[in-house]
Amino acid sequence: MKVSAVITLKKDVLDPQGKVIHETLDGMGFNSVNEVRQGKYFEIDVKENDPKKAKDLVEDMCKKLLANLVIENYKIIETQ
Amino acid sequence: MKSSVITFPGSNCDRDMDVALTKFGFKNKMVWHNDKELPKSDLIVLPGGFSYGDYLRCGSMASKSKIMHSVINFAKSGGLVMGICNGFQILVESGLVPGVLLRNKYLQFICKNVHVKVENKDNTFFKNLDKKVLEFHIAHNEGNYFCTNDQLKEIEDNNQIAIYYCDQNGNTNDQINPNGSIKNIAGIFNKEKNVLGMMPHPERMIDESLSGEDGSIFFKNLLNNIK
Repeated sequence: MKVSAVITLKKDVLDPQGKVIHETLDGMGFNSVNEVRQGKYFEIDVKENDPKKAKDLVEDMCKKLLANLVIENYKIIETQ
Repeated sequence: MKSSVITFPGSNCDRDMDVALTKFGFKNKMVWHNDKELPKSDLIVLPGGFSYGDYLRCGSMASKSKIMHSVINFAKSGGLVMGICNGFQILVESGLVPGVLLRNKYLQFICKNVHVKVENKDNTFFKNLDKKVLEFHIAHNEGNYFCTNDQLKEIEDNNQIAIYYCDQNGNTNDQINPNGSIKNIAGIFNKEKNVLGMMPHPERMIDESLSGEDGSIFFKNLLNNIK
């Protein structure tokens, strides 16, 4: 089954790319933006049909490789 | 004295490091990332470059490569390990030194000479060094050192900050900080001071006519300290 993981920067970590995107949006006329934070999205097809086991597996991947827990948080989304 | 330089796919300062170590008297071996065993070594160097194309996060893939199990064991048993630039990124990703290296604050790749202040000489890397400020070269996109407040307190309490970005007189301030690093940190140690990660490249400063010789001073001193 497919499981997705969203990796986002923690609140206190500076995100210069997000800041530039925010400023660019501002310049394009999107003036109602408070803040932009850029992250990563992974769609992982695992050989596992049990949703709980599949999510646990991807969570383990997040902890060990996909996210760096010093600066990033992860969120697992069951997609299929 | 024996050294080993690990080559990852995408390393590009591995041969420069080999030239530098050999020039100052190390018997150096090149080790491929897919090897499992390290040759007998007094010093392991993780060189600069763009291992695995900087995919995911700089150094994250290389930190999981086969040879890194041996490097981590070597470091944990007290062996000397030095990571330069991408090697520093691999060290933080492998957990051998605390913190992370974020994208440079102003989103630019920086390639220039910088001065660094050697803060802590109570370790094998900098012991007996007779200069306090060295001129090294930096070339990186992700050198902005970051750690949590708790980690910062811990590394300060344990004197783990190895070098700071500074001006030629050794003053550290925001103006001289090239990449936004917390406290101008350019390099740090692990708690036991046998692992050093730093963004600047000493191996690029070993030729009198090309670069100045602060790298030569560093390597000669390091060799004497290991002997």
